[in-house]
Amino acid sequence: MIAIVNYGLGNIQAFANIYKRSNIPVRIASSHEELVTADRIILPGVGAFDWAMTKLNESGMRDVLDELVIGKKRPVLGICVGMQMMAKRSDEGKLAGLGWIDAEVRKFDLSNMTQKTRLPHMGWNDVAPCKKNGLFEGLESGARFYFLHSYYFLPQNQDNVLAVTNYNGPYASAVHDGNVFGVQFHPEKSHQWGIRLLKNFANL
Amino acid sequence: MVHNKGLVKTVNFSNPKYVGDPINAVRIFNEKEVDELVVLDIDASVQNREPDYNMIKNLAAECRMPLCYGGGVKTVEQVARIVSLGVEKVAMSSAVICDPRIVSQSAEVVGSQSIVVVMDVKKTGNGAKYELWTHNAGKPTGLSPLQLAKQIENLGAGEVVINSIDCDGVMKGYDLELVNEIREAISLPITVLGGAGSLKDIESLIHSFGIIGAAAGSLFVFKGIYRAVLINYPSRAEKDKLITYSPKVN
Repeated sequence: MIAIVNYGLGNIQAFANIYKRSNIPVRIASSHEELVTADRIILPGVGAFDWAMTKLNESGMRDVLDELVIGKKRPVLGICVGMQMMAKRSDEGKLAGLGWIDAEVRKFDLSNMTQKTRLPHMGWNDVAPCKKNGLFEGLESGARFYFLHSYYFLPQNQDNVLAVTNYNGPYASAVHDGNVFGVQFHPEKSHQWGIRLLKNFANL
Repeated sequence: MVHNKGLVKTVNFSNPKYVGDPINAVRIFNEKEVDELVVLDIDASVQNREPDYNMIKNLAAECRMPLCYGGGVKTVEQVARIVSLGVEKVAMSSAVICDPRIVSQSAEVVGSQSIVVVMDVKKTGNGAKYELWTHNAGKPTGLSPLQLAKQIENLGAGEVVINSIDCDGVMKGYDLELVNEIREAISLPITVLGGAGSLKDIESLIHSFGIIGAAAGSLFVFKGIYRAVLINYPSRAEKDKLITYSPKVN
């Protein structure tokens, strides 16, 4: 059973719809009880870093989430700000992140941007997997995903980078560390490619 | 655009023509793999009512592409609620003109990337200057779009939609002069709406400005000179052809 963490942010229903249509068991988890039995977890997110952290910390699911991900090593997929929360800190806020991956979230540097490059990074862009991983099975080339962000995920360890996207230079658009996965783009809003990625996550 | 719970398309912001059910249209746009969808409730501000959260929630759940919602959004609480329903971007127009600080206040909560300012622009003074209008082109504001664009950039908006009232539904091409004026002055991402009648019009917009958002209503819902309702959208190959002029594609 895949649980989508419902802490009041992100497009919970869009994920649920995609899994339901693919006949993959899914549950929207809004409490400790609904989350604790999950064998896979989706952590969505939109909005500012501190707002998202505050909502998650107040959701009553923070402890069980840490226990499932760190203690029981259940696969977890963070989306957009859900991915950024997995880092230790962010330029966008003051609160501590979840710290599941040794990384920080930085703002794109405007000073060295070319005139054509604007913030936020918004729209469809290419995602190039840089190592073999089940999450990107069938998405090795030509896949496009929808992005909407001004901050990017910077892992300390290059081995954590799963895929790269170019926006004023390459950055990590997908990362992983063991059972922890994060994508900066929105698979739930990325047509056939996003559906494939979400199905891949269910089969990891 | 949504009017009386139906999907409509206007000409010069008037004469809304019914083109179908919003949810059904989203399903068709899903199949056609549309890049992004903008839904504007054109009744909410005029009737001074709350956004229809139930409709927004249903649209967001159905959409397999990014969704921007606008119409009747006046407070930070409303912005936050709409984002929490799974909408990527919230568009505001008259509220920003009333008090531009709502841009920075909203951006603090949901992030700049989700704050879109729609500027409805009309040529006034016998075409001598551009002016901002609100309430479906019902109220002139006396403000210049250029000034507001600079102001909202400083306040942390994520995107500007330039919507030409004069070109809306006319399908004779975008107002490139208007776009040029604003594009020169700000470095925010810009999406242009109003006037697209063919893919050629989109091509000339991209040819003139490089990376820019090209939006259209009539073009994607009408077919032929009699404006028969038929939802249509260019294929990936057609889209790729349109953007070959652009030095970098996103």
